[in-house]
Amino acid sequence: MGKVETKKNSIKKSTASFSKDQYFHWLEQMILMRRFEEKTGQLYVQQKIRGFCHLYIGQEAVAAGIVSATKKGDKHITAYRDHAYPIALGLHPKYVMAEMYARATGCSRGKGGSMHMFSKEHNFFGGHGIVGGQIPLGAGIAFAEQYLGTQNVCITAMGDGAVRQGAFHEALNMAMTWKLPVVFIIENNLYAMGTSVARTSNVTDLYKLGCAYEMPSYQVDGLSVEDVHNAVYEAAERARRGEGPTLLEMRTYRYRGHSMSDPQTYRTKEEVEEYKKNDCIERVIKTMKNNNWITDADIEKIEEKVKAIVDESVQFAEESPYPEPHELYEDVYVQHDYPFIKE
Amino acid sequence: MRVIEFREALREAMSEEMRRDERVFLMGEEVAEYNGAYKVSKGMLAEFGPKRVIDTPIAELGFAGIGVGAAMNGLRPIIEFMTFNFSLVAIDQVINSAAKIRHMSGGQFSVPIVFRGPTGNAGMLAQQHSQNFESWYANTPGLKVIVPSTPYDAKGLLKSAIRDDDPVIFMESELMYGDKGEVPEEEYLIPIGVADIKRQGTDVTIVSFGKIIKVAHKAAEELEKEGISAEIIDLRTVRPIDYQTVIESVKKTNRLVVVEEAWPLGNISTEITYMVQKQAFDYLDAPIVRVVSADTPLPYAPTLIQEALPSPEKVIKAVKKVLYRD
Repeated sequence: MGKVETKKNSIKKSTASFSKDQYFHWLEQMILMRRFEEKTGQLYVQQKIRGFCHLYIGQEAVAAGIVSATKKGDKHITAYRDHAYPIALGLHPKYVMAEMYARATGCSRGKGGSMHMFSKEHNFFGGHGIVGGQIPLGAGIAFAEQYLGTQNVCITAMGDGAVRQGAFHEALNMAMTWKLPVVFIIENNLYAMGTSVARTSNVTDLYKLGCAYEMPSYQVDGLSVEDVHNAVYEAAERARRGEGPTLLEMRTYRYRGHSMSDPQTYRTKEEVEEYKKNDCIERVIKTMKNNNWITDADIEKIEEKVKAIVDESVQFAEESPYPEPHELYEDVYVQHDYPFIKE
Repeated sequence: MRVIEFREALREAMSEEMRRDERVFLMGEEVAEYNGAYKVSKGMLAEFGPKRVIDTPIAELGFAGIGVGAAMNGLRPIIEFMTFNFSLVAIDQVINSAAKIRHMSGGQFSVPIVFRGPTGNAGMLAQQHSQNFESWYANTPGLKVIVPSTPYDAKGLLKSAIRDDDPVIFMESELMYGDKGEVPEEEYLIPIGVADIKRQGTDVTIVSFGKIIKVAHKAAEELEKEGISAEIIDLRTVRPIDYQTVIESVKKTNRLVVVEEAWPLGNISTEITYMVQKQAFDYLDAPIVRVVSADTPLPYAPTLIQEALPSPEKVIKAVKKVLYRD
């Protein structure tokens, strides 16, 4: 019988347990995610990018902390706010940008778009568009790791809206019963599209939902990359020891709307501004400055490097071809000669 | 040749494939300790152990999704639905995940999974346990859908389904599990997507699949006494459909009756009818007639079930209609 553990991690200030190099890595990664998404937003307004488009701006510490806390063979899956996560895993942003441009060079060959980034090479199992649908998939990915006897875990990310789906509860129950090596991560940005967490349930501390399954469950300051890292590392190690899943509620915030078409009438500008005072990137910079690890000139250099990567990504996407019409029939089946009905 | 039950044929198919490939496992409600709700998996827990024959809680959406995730990550799951009526709470994972992941990942991830279980009516089980969703699944690109009618076909096709690299829906019937048929001892496979002419005939073609084809067989026996020779084509697979075998038969008999257990609107018979009029219009000597279930839910009372379901009498009537002998 698993022991029920719940706790609220307090916000940790600078910690000696992370190196200067780690901080530089986090900072560059988080700035890249943010500038990439800012550019994505601009390009969406220009109608270079179509379809639905959900930006990650504000939540970068979660992806950065997950990636630094996990190992090479670990698997990752998330919902449709999925541009930044594969970039944090090492996928070059140009393949993400080309995907949003619907180009054949995109990471899903132009077939998936904004909501369906995939990178098998980087163990990124997608970009899934049905709220909560990826949660049983993540448990299944972890099931395979357990079945095959590896030490790998599957990080299964979701938004706060997903925890009200049956898929979440069914997956948590089976994962805990079978001690699957999975870390469930709720990126609680407080709003499921335009509906606040408080309007969807009496239970607003989402980590408590794991307690129903006697799953170790924690609330984490998702705006602190250090806290995210520590919590994910600890959970992943628990999974590697064969002790099963963990539920982590990352308290985070998105500065932009749910998608690009969101007028944001459900929250005040003051609330957004208040959260920006606690910005996850600014917090990394503050820690680095307190340690005299970084100067404004260093930050400027990172910004320039990131701008070059983002510009390169846009250029790559602009210059890439659309998929050829015949590619429509490719990748539906593994069977190469499947007899499609063609009128 | 030896004779075994339909359920034994299914069990042999799964067990042989599990012996052949460590990545294959069986998961579902009551498949392990209970030995299967319909005893299809009887003895499999004892042979393969709890790692590979796995009981689940009653959570179809969850374990269907776990199966798909496991398939994305290198395993080859067989997911049993106690009946396909219950697959409706899991259908998001079948349609939105299993059938889509390969395409939306640009071919990076495939989903080699089999979802299997009984479909259709099975006696007086009333509205929620008497439904046919073959055409629902067959409508979806990314899936393959198999609906066998004999133990021989069931074994050969299930083995092919388990080895297939794409997601396969495999639909059986509670009313067929006790059916006996010839199944050879030696290993064999039947390719997916190939129909079988179950009975040769010259006067009329009857196309059907799954357990309702028995109705067609009974009708054909009666019709023979009246000197009418019916050819029966068992589609066996409804995605993809072997149109060619149907077209060739219609070119020979010039008359077609389609027998299907599903509701009328937008089902497999609709599709067969469309394709035959398109490809063999000039060969038809009469409008195509179909015998399908009534356009209502299937109730409990036997008189109402009889009214609703295809029967040999209804098939005989349909055949005589296309022969202008009514």
